[in-house]
Amino acid sequence: MQSVPTVYYVALSAILFTLGVLGVLLRRNALIIFMSIELMLNSANLVFVAFAREFGQQAGQVFVFFVMTVAAAEVAVGLALIVTIFRAKRSINVDDINQLKG
Amino acid sequence: MTFNPFNPQTLLAILPEIALVVVAALVMGLDVVWPESRRRSLGLLTAGGFGLAAGLALIFAQPPADHPLIFGGMMRHDGLAFFFRLMFIFSGMIVALLSVDSAGVARKGEYYAVMIGAVIGMNFMAAAADLIMLYLALETTSIALYLLAGFLREDDKSAEAGLKYFLFGAFTSAITLYGFSLLYGFTGQTNLYSLSAALLGGSVPIGSLLVALLLVLVGFGFKVSAVPFHFWSPDVYEGAPTPITAFISVASKAAGFAVLLRVMLVVFPDIERYWGPLIAVISIFTMTLGNTLALAQRNIKRLLAYSSIAQAGYALIGLAALSQTGVAAAIFYLLTYTVTNLVTFGVVILASRVIGSDEIADYAGLSRRSPGLALAFLVGLLSLGGMPPLAGFFGKFFIFMAAIEAGLVWLAVIGVLNAIIGLYYYLTVLKVVYLYRSERDHETIPVPRAYALALGLCAAAVIVLGTAAAPWFGWATNAASSLF
Repeated sequence: MQSVPTVYYVALSAILFTLGVLGVLLRRNALIIFMSIELMLNSANLVFVAFAREFGQQAGQVFVFFVMTVAAAEVAVGLALIVTIFRAKRSINVDDINQLKG
Repeated sequence: MTFNPFNPQTLLAILPEIALVVVAALVMGLDVVWPESRRRSLGLLTAGGFGLAAGLALIFAQPPADHPLIFGGMMRHDGLAFFFRLMFIFSGMIVALLSVDSAGVARKGEYYAVMIGAVIGMNFMAAAADLIMLYLALETTSIALYLLAGFLREDDKSAEAGLKYFLFGAFTSAITLYGFSLLYGFTGQTNLYSLSAALLGGSVPIGSLLVALLLVLVGFGFKVSAVPFHFWSPDVYEGAPTPITAFISVASKAAGFAVLLRVMLVVFPDIERYWGPLIAVISIFTMTLGNTLALAQRNIKRLLAYSSIAQAGYALIGLAALSQTGVAAAIFYLLTYTVTNLVTFGVVILASRVIGSDEIADYAGLSRRSPGLALAFLVGLLSLGGMPPLAGFFGKFFIFMAAIEAGLVWLAVIGVLNAIIGLYYYLTVLKVVYLYRSERDHETIPVPRAYALALGLCAAAVIVLGTAAAPWFGWATNAASSLF
């Protein structure tokens, strides 16, 4: 059986990563920015599993588990902060979050 | 690469962190059991716990001479990790003492527990010798700090600081993670020392390696608040509870430097002719931008934020020198900066409790309201400005010396010019404190005992480091030697 070459996975991950970066830089909704960050984390995960398969070793796979765990912790903290902001401002548009500047 | 097999003796190497976990659990437990009135002691207990951890580290966790890789290569038990670990524990202790009477955070067990968690993460950042461990330690620290920055839920500014810190931190750490994944893809290794061996000899095309290097640098640049990843720091410093601002400005920055030094010098020594000049350029922009923008600030926390950006720039010169003296100078610089900035923030915390604002203009007459506090401010700000005989002078002296030794005379000259700009705005603040008067000159500023202890410890350290620098610099040189 012929399998998909690793370079395809890396190319896909580069595309996902770029989309994630663009999402963070261009979108103004804090939730969408947050989703884009998750997309970036998952593009890195894709590289890890693709190479773990190519090298036939476990380290890359294990790394992905840890990244997923960290991402879950980050979601918990991030959503808590977003909810706090929303309660105060009734908005999660990052352009409205501008009390601190100078 | 072979790793030392596990034996129970190895656990002694992380005994301080184990003790800190126990203290965090204890603080959380007592928070439930104790009535509100007794919870002031939680901060003192936390500070005591940090003291205990420092003692355990000194007695049981001294690094062996052969710097073994322990826990399957996850950590390296060496002088660099040990030096930074003591520094983090010390800053944790001071920040806990500075928190005991701070409104909104003082009587909350979870505040102290999360702070201890951040220190544990930093300790592992300094010791991490594997990409997996490094990423986990980095995130343990960062996530705890996001929580602490946004801790005052009733205060819009604090919540905003937390969210900004979080979004920017998560973004940069995702970029760094992508860099890690590429490094793994090039070599199939996650251990820093195996990676280094696999990258030697140019088996990986230089272009791809530089891309990975730049991606990795983004997250580290965020941690040390180097230009162009410094945007977050003034906003976060202003909005976060002031003890946490102090904590982020010293411990988190030093932890960023610990990983920056280790990763750059261990993994990428082969291509240092590319990243050395890059670090030099970043350091110039970081110093100049930090100092220039600090000139225009009216809020003391924002001023100290820009000043701390500039200070990171000086420390980067040590790395740009690419020598053991340079690294030793950077480590020593971070030590002097840590104690100095803690003194300065200690005064800001105490003063703002009574003055009720962080505007520099409201510091008028501080020298009449509390001569001791004004004196501590004088010591802190002059040391930040690099005046002898205070710690900051020797910090800068060794940095510039290392740059000149490495042939980077132009970089040292830019550094000195920047130090002069820096001195100007520090003196402007002191002018308000000492020469201006306010209508409230007769109202004294009370200094609780815990704060007096913290300020006294740090001010003494500033003076000791400035008058007897040699043994401390020797210790820093020793720590630096474990990277070469």
